[in-house]
Amino acid sequence: MGREKLFNAAVLLVMLAVPLLAWQMDEPFIITLATKVAILALAGVGLNIALGLGGLVSLGHAAFFGIGGYAMGILASHAQNYEPLFAWPFLFEGSNQMPLIWLVAVLASAAAALVIGALSLRTSGVYFIMITLAFGQMLYYFAISWSAYGGEDGLSIWVRNEMPGVNTLDPIQFFAVAFVLLSLTLWFAARLAKSGFGLALSAARQSEERVETVGLAPFKLRLMAFVISGAITGLAGALFADLNRFVSPTMLSWHTSGEIMIFVILGGVGRLYGPVVGAAVYILLEHLLGGISEYWQIFLGLLLLGMVLFARGGLIGALLGREVAHD
Amino acid sequence: MMIVALTKERTPMSLILILEQVLNGLQFGVMLFLMAAGLTLVFGVMGLINLAHGALYMVGAFAAAAVAGWTGSFVLALMASLAAAAAAGALVEVTVIRRLYDRDHLDQVLATFALILIFSEGTRWLFGSFPLFLDVPSYLSGPVMLPGGIQYPLYRLAIIVIGLVVGAGLFWLIARTRIGVQIRAGEADREMIAALGVDISKLYTLVFALGAALAGLAGALVGAIQSVQVGMGEPVLILAFVVIVIGGIGSIKGALVGALLVGLTDTLGGVFLPRLFALLMEPASAASLGASLASMLIYILMAAVLLVRPSGLFGGSA
Amino acid sequence: MTDPVLKVENLSKSFGALKASDDISLDLRPGEIHALIGPNGAGKSTLIKQIAGGLRPDAGRVEVLGQDVTALDTVARARMGLGRTFQISSLAMEFSVLQNVVLGALGARGRAYGLFQNVMKDKALLATAQEALKRVGLQEAAQQRTSDLSHGQRRQLEVAVALTLKPRLFLMDEPMAGLGASGSKDLTGFLDTLRHEAPILLVEHDMDAVFALADRISVLVYGAVIATGTADEIRNNLEVRRAYLGEEDLV
Repeated sequence: MGREKLFNAAVLLVMLAVPLLAWQMDEPFIITLATKVAILALAGVGLNIALGLGGLVSLGHAAFFGIGGYAMGILASHAQNYEPLFAWPFLFEGSNQMPLIWLVAVLASAAAALVIGALSLRTSGVYFIMITLAFGQMLYYFAISWSAYGGEDGLSIWVRNEMPGVNTLDPIQFFAVAFVLLSLTLWFAARLAKSGFGLALSAARQSEERVETVGLAPFKLRLMAFVISGAITGLAGALFADLNRFVSPTMLSWHTSGEIMIFVILGGVGRLYGPVVGAAVYILLEHLLGGISEYWQIFLGLLLLGMVLFARGGLIGALLGREVAHD
Repeated sequence: MMIVALTKERTPMSLILILEQVLNGLQFGVMLFLMAAGLTLVFGVMGLINLAHGALYMVGAFAAAAVAGWTGSFVLALMASLAAAAAAGALVEVTVIRRLYDRDHLDQVLATFALILIFSEGTRWLFGSFPLFLDVPSYLSGPVMLPGGIQYPLYRLAIIVIGLVVGAGLFWLIARTRIGVQIRAGEADREMIAALGVDISKLYTLVFALGAALAGLAGALVGAIQSVQVGMGEPVLILAFVVIVIGGIGSIKGALVGALLVGLTDTLGGVFLPRLFALLMEPASAASLGASLASMLIYILMAAVLLVRPSGLFGGSA
Repeated sequence: MTDPVLKVENLSKSFGALKASDDISLDLRPGEIHALIGPNGAGKSTLIKQIAGGLRPDAGRVEVLGQDVTALDTVARARMGLGRTFQISSLAMEFSVLQNVVLGALGARGRAYGLFQNVMKDKALLATAQEALKRVGLQEAAQQRTSDLSHGQRRQLEVAVALTLKPRLFLMDEPMAGLGASGSKDLTGFLDTLRHEAPILLVEHDMDAVFALADRISVLVYGAVIATGTADEIRNNLEVRRAYLGEEDLV
């Protein structure tokens, strides 16, 4: 087992041990924080497929995070209010079942990623950044003006959605749900990175010409990566909304996109577990610095700035050395 | 968004209403141009994506509000906005930005995002979370009668004029002056301009400060219509990106055309789309659907331009 | 005579006032090495790009295996069997040597890349990749990081990747550059046998290699082909001597 694998296993263990300990000590707030870390890490793992593997600097991933959130909000609000979502071609009354909500969140954000990706991947470089940012903002304003689902105020759900066999109201059980989904996604992302698709996508990041010359189309590879990436971030959005029992346009704002990107960068771009470490450190900072100063984001800004200018490998890079492992 | 419906409705869809809204669109577009011009110059000359451009807009507005508060002079306030934003721009360029020119876009995005956090929270720390107000001076307030019997706020008209004058000055600067020649040379070929004996790092600082000053001026001018508050620059920044995508990176002409297109589309769409839908459906859902669609209109415009010309209306190759 | 594998007809391309390709016609026949020579700036790279699909000509057409490909992009032409090596290396520098060749094998397989199988454990791909590395003499370097290779090794790797595609024709842009005398001799020997697998359109500055290998040579000057012929014909062509080889003859 290489150092990075050991390190990754340790990260997962800590992620599991902290809330279990908190459960023993009856500290539900810490369990909720750990759940938040797991969910935000999941969003980051999604972005990392586009950003780390594909080199696609998307500043619009809040769109998918928010779509996932609204998928939860819309389905659950119809279910709780007994107002059918639609009556044709069959009667659908919304749902408070997590698996169905996740499915809808994944499909909806994948569809959005397909459209946004197909348009923005026609360009590259700064254009791509600006266009993903702009489309994200478009959905943000749309949500604000969409009064049917709360507009600017957002949408609250009274009770957390249900899942067969799990009491989702119990913090430790809901954490377990988020943790299992995160672990499965990490496993999937690892397989993806080592697959032929991952090889070709990574090659397209390094040399577009090279991939074309061997007869593979970079556009298709990137679009597929963007869709997978958006779908995972959408799933995280649905979980995040369920954690807060609330969804609002803030989930779609470009600051959210920036934050998801910070998770990835803090940990280390292209590192499988980068977003997990990044999200954990971010939440930790938020609570440590946030306790000291109301203006803690100044320190976050300085930290990020210092990291970009002087320590480009992220935290994992600083701990394990710069080289990203290949095997 | 930053459009304020100015006029009470009289006869719906009257010619006067349309003309008023066209003027509002122009005013919005001219402000967007001031933002986009600096951004597109920095893209074109230095190859840098600067998310913190909106922070400089905010700096200009806060400087203007503070100086107007002390001195009561609007002219001094505008000059302060130019000076403060230019100084903040130059400072940021020298300390942070110039380390980013040779970095990839991801690093530029992150570092300038970090700058936003620092600027926003720093401003909140200095000025508090409550919005400041910058009053329109008495000699520019009130309506003015335009030919054709249109009453229009004098201040907004002044914004259009100031914006157009500054825009013309910018075109003149780039087309006719030595610095303009150097900027254009820098866009074409960095090494060549170094070979010409131009001090390139000084030129970059100058271009960055110039772009910052324009953003700061826009912030101050708009600050007198809206409130001056933390985060005010960000929606404008993203609209300026849309402008640049439509106009084409590095093109000042593209920024102007893109800004006016976005300004007019957004303003006219916001006013007329709900009315258009009202002809087809019941008023309540027409208003809501119209408003939703209007908020997306400029992005749809951007997508349409992308489909036809991925590198923008006046851009080279993407 | 058999039909040419590649046919370029009346190709023209201008950049502003500069005519980079001026009514170029040439072909590549089965089993031959057709060398393209010319002074720097003669438009060789522009021509190669138009043949490979990276650049649209203003006028004229390109045919591969009897099919008009003028409107097709690089990917489609690669799939038809056009194997290309680059003058400036386009390899994935973060990859190991083996990964680069496996990428080629993956491309040759077409769109059938899985999302779950570990591609570096795919026996068929690995076999193709190892075979290609062996043929260019890079099997020892398989696990090295590509960015650590010498310039000469990168050229060899470029050729190895092209081999995995089992192309119907090769387009090689200065494969000898940076190889050194012995490397250049080895590659010359290798290309000599390779031509029977698939013909080669060879852009090369190494005149020894060109005159040793080429069945035919075309000379490009100011975007136009001023002569096409065998090595002897080109050596004795007055126009070529004046325009291109002239400097050397003055000595």
